[in-house]
Amino acid sequence: MSNEEDYLQEYTLRSWLLTTDHKRVGLLYMASITLFFFVGGAAATVMRLELMTPKGDVLGSPDAYNRLFTMHGVIMIFFFLVPSIPAVLGNFLLPLMIGARDLAFPKLNLLSWYVYMTGGLIGIWILLFGGVDTGWTFYTPFSTMFSNTMVVTAALAVFITGFSSILTGLNFIVTVHTMRAPGMTWFRLPLFVWSHYATSLVMVLGTPVLAITVMLVALERLFHIGIFDPKLGGDPILFQHLFWFYSHPAVYIMVLPGMAVISEIVPCFSRRPIFGYRFIAGSSMAIAIFGFLVWGHHMFVSGQSMYAGMVFSIISFLVAIPSAIKVFNWTTTMYKGAVWLDTPMLYALGFIGLFTIGGLTGLMLASLGVDVHVHDTYFVVAHFHYIMVGGAVMAYLGGIHFWWPKMTGRMYPEIWGKLSALIVFVGFNLTFFPQFILGYLGMPRRYYEYSPEFQVLNVMSTAGASILAVGYVMPLVYLLLSLRQPAYAGPNPWGATGLEWQTDSPPPVHNFHDMPVVTAEPYDYSPEAFQEEHDHAVSHASR
Amino acid sequence: MPQFDDVHQQAYSSTLGMWLFLVTEVMFFGGLIAAYTVYRARWPEEFAAASRHLLWPVGFVNTIVLLGSSLAMALAVRAAHLGRDRETVRWLVATMVLGTAFLGIKATEYYIDYRENLIPGASFRVPAEGHGEAGAGHGGETAASLDPGHFQMFFVLYFFMTGLHAFHMIVGITLVGIFAYLVRTKWFSGHGGTQVEVIGLYWHFVDVVWVFLYPLLYLIDIRP
Ligand code: HEM
Ligand SMILES: [Cu+2]
Repeated sequence: MSNEEDYLQEYTLRSWLLTTDHKRVGLLYMASITLFFFVGGAAATVMRLELMTPKGDVLGSPDAYNRLFTMHGVIMIFFFLVPSIPAVLGNFLLPLMIGARDLAFPKLNLLSWYVYMTGGLIGIWILLFGGVDTGWTFYTPFSTMFSNTMVVTAALAVFITGFSSILTGLNFIVTVHTMRAPGMTWFRLPLFVWSHYATSLVMVLGTPVLAITVMLVALERLFHIGIFDPKLGGDPILFQHLFWFYSHPAVYIMVLPGMAVISEIVPCFSRRPIFGYRFIAGSSMAIAIFGFLVWGHHMFVSGQSMYAGMVFSIISFLVAIPSAIKVFNWTTTMYKGAVWLDTPMLYALGFIGLFTIGGLTGLMLASLGVDVHVHDTYFVVAHFHYIMVGGAVMAYLGGIHFWWPKMTGRMYPEIWGKLSALIVFVGFNLTFFPQFILGYLGMPRRYYEYSPEFQVLNVMSTAGASILAVGYVMPLVYLLLSLRQPAYAGPNPWGATGLEWQTDSPPPVHNFHDMPVVTAEPYDYSPEAFQEEHDHAVSHASR
Repeated sequence: MPQFDDVHQQAYSSTLGMWLFLVTEVMFFGGLIAAYTVYRARWPEEFAAASRHLLWPVGFVNTIVLLGSSLAMALAVRAAHLGRDRETVRWLVATMVLGTAFLGIKATEYYIDYRENLIPGASFRVPAEGHGEAGAGHGGETAASLDPGHFQMFFVLYFFMTGLHAFHMIVGITLVGIFAYLVRTKWFSGHGGTQVEVIGLYWHFVDVVWVFLYPLLYLIDIRP
C-alpha cells in the first residue's frame, strides 16, 4: 500500500459536489442513475399490474396509463439507458484504461453531471405535477396540437439532458486522442475504449439533432408556428425523420457500451485472448456509422415512399452484420476457453443470449412485410426490451459486478451475485417472451385494456415482472452491504489484464503511483494459469 | 492543469475539444438546414416569393460587418501568439464592437419585419407582392395564388435560423469580452495564445454559419 490517499478518502458532501475526479463523477452518476432506474421501474410495475386484467381497473383512466408509460419510457431512455454505462463505467474506467490521470476536461465532466441532474429533476417534477401523454417519442401533431399535458417541459428536460451526453462524448473523444499513456497505441486500446469512442461519436453527431427537434416541437406548441402542423403548411413526417435520425443511433448509444463491457468480461472469464480484436474494434465503428443510415425502418407505415422503405429495409439488414461479428467473436473466445462462471460472466452470458434474441427479432422488424403486420404491437415492445433491457441492463449489471472491487475495494458475496444473475435472467424471459406472442397475435401497445383472450399471456408477463423486480433489487442490497467490509479486494481479484487492474483498489486520486508504460498487446490471457488464478480469486472473494 | 503532462498536450486537447464542439454545432444547424431543404424543394414558389421580402442589401452589409469581425479576431489570435497583450485586447474589443454592430443591424431588420406582420403566428399576414417598389408582380405568380401556410413556413425557418445564429453571436460576444478581460489582467499562464485561438475558432464558425444562411435565405430569388 502506498502513502497517497485513495480517491474515496474525503467524506464531506462538499468534496463530492465539487469534485472533478472522473472516478467520483462516475459514482455521482451511479447514485443518480440508480434512483432514476427505480423510479422508472416503479412505473413499469404499476403498468404491469394494470395489464394483469383485461379491464382498466388499477389506474381507472386511460389518461393515467398514457402518462405512466410516457414517464416510464422517458425516464428509462433519457435518464437511465443513455447515460448508464458511459457516464458511470465509462467515466470511471476510461482514463484508468488508457493510463491517464483524468479526463481531458475534468470540470466539463462535473458540469455534465449537473446538467444531467437539472434535466432529471425537471423530469421528476413533471412526473409529480401532471405528466405527459405523448409517449417518449413525442410524435407530432399529437404532441404539438392535441395533447394538453406538459409537453414543453418534457421537451426542455430532454433538451437539457442531451447536453450532458454531448459533453461526455466530447470529453471521451478528446481524452482518447490526447491522453493515452506512452505505448498505448490505437490497436492496444481495450475494446471497452473502442466502443466508447464509437458511442461518443454517435452522441456528438446525433444528440444535437434531437435537441433541435424537441426545440421545434416546443416552439410549435407555444407559438403555433406550424413546422409540423399540416394546417399551417408543415409536415408531421418531417418530425419523424428528424426524431429517428437521432433515436435509431441512440439505440447504439445504449447498446455499444454494453458490448464494451462484454468484450472485457468474456476474455477475462474465459482465460483466452479475445478472438478477432480488430474485427470487434472495427465493428464498433461500423455500427456507429451505419446506425445513422437506417432511421427510416421506424417509418415503414408512416406514409414515406415505398422505395424509401425498401432502401431502409436493406440497409437495416446490413447493420446486423457488425453486431453478429461481435457475437461470433465472443462465442469463439469462450470456445475451448476455461470458462469461470462467476457473477460478471453469468450476466455476460445473459447479455449474449438476450441480445441475440432481440437482434434476430430486429431483423424480422426490418423486413417491410413483417413490420406492417406487427407494427405498434407488443412484438415491438418485446423486441426493444430484449435489446435495451436484456442488452444494456444486463451488461450494466455485469460491469458493475466486474469492476465493483476496483471501484470500492470490496468484494460482494459471490453466491448472492450468481443468484441475482439467475433471477434476472429467468424473470426477464418470463416477462418479455410472452409479449412476442401477444404482439404476433395482435395485441396493440400503449392500450390499457385488451380483449380477454390475451389475459393468460399477460398474467405470465406480470408474474415475470415481479420476479425481475426481485432480481433488480438484490444487487442494490448486497452491494451496498458489502461497503461495510474493509477494502480487501486487492488490486486484481480476477487476474485480469488491463491498466486499470495495475493500480490499487480503490485507485489513488491521480490513478497511478507511477505513470504506466504499455509494452504488451491487450487481453494477454493464458489458458494454462487459469486454475491457480481462479483459486486465488475465490480466496480473495471470501476473505 | 494536473491532468495534463505539458502545455503541448493541453493545447492539443483544447483545440480538438473546440473542433468537436463545432461539429455538434454543425449538426444543430444541420437539422434546421435539412428542414429548410425539404420545404424549399417542395414549395419553391412560396419560398422565392417570401425571400423577396427580406432586405438583401441589409443582409449584405451585415455580412461585411461580420467578415470584418472575423478579420479582427484573426489579428487578435496572431497578437496573442506573439505575446503582445495590449494589441490582443484591442483586437478582441474590435471584434466585440463589430459583432454588436451586426446584432444591432439584425435587430433593426427584425423590427421592420415585425412592422410588416411577417412574424409567424396569429398576426402573420401574407405580404402584398414586392417590397416597396422592388420587383412588383414579376414572375407571373401573385401573392393570392400562393399557399399562405407555406409562405409562413419560410419565415418560421428564417426567424429560427437567424435567431439561433444571433444567440450564438451573443454568447460569442460575451466570451470574447471575458477573454479580453482575462488577457488584460494576465490571468492566463503565458499570453493566452491557445485560449484566444480556441475562442477564435468559435467565432469564425459563427461567421461561416452566416455565410451559409445569407444566400439560403436572402438570395434565393433576387432580381435587380
Ligand atoms: C422491470 C421490468 C419492466 C417492465 C415490466 C416494463 C414494462 C413496460 C410496458 C408494459 C411498456 C408499455 C408498452 C406499450 O404499451 O407501449 C413499456 C414500455 C417501455 N419500456 Fe419498459 N418495462 C420494464 C423495464 C424497462 C427498462 C429497464 C427499460 C429501459 C432501461 C424500459 C424501457 C421502456 C421503453 C423505452 C418503453 C417505451 C415507452 C413508450 O412506448 O413510450 N423498460 N415497458
Ligand atoms: Cu431503429
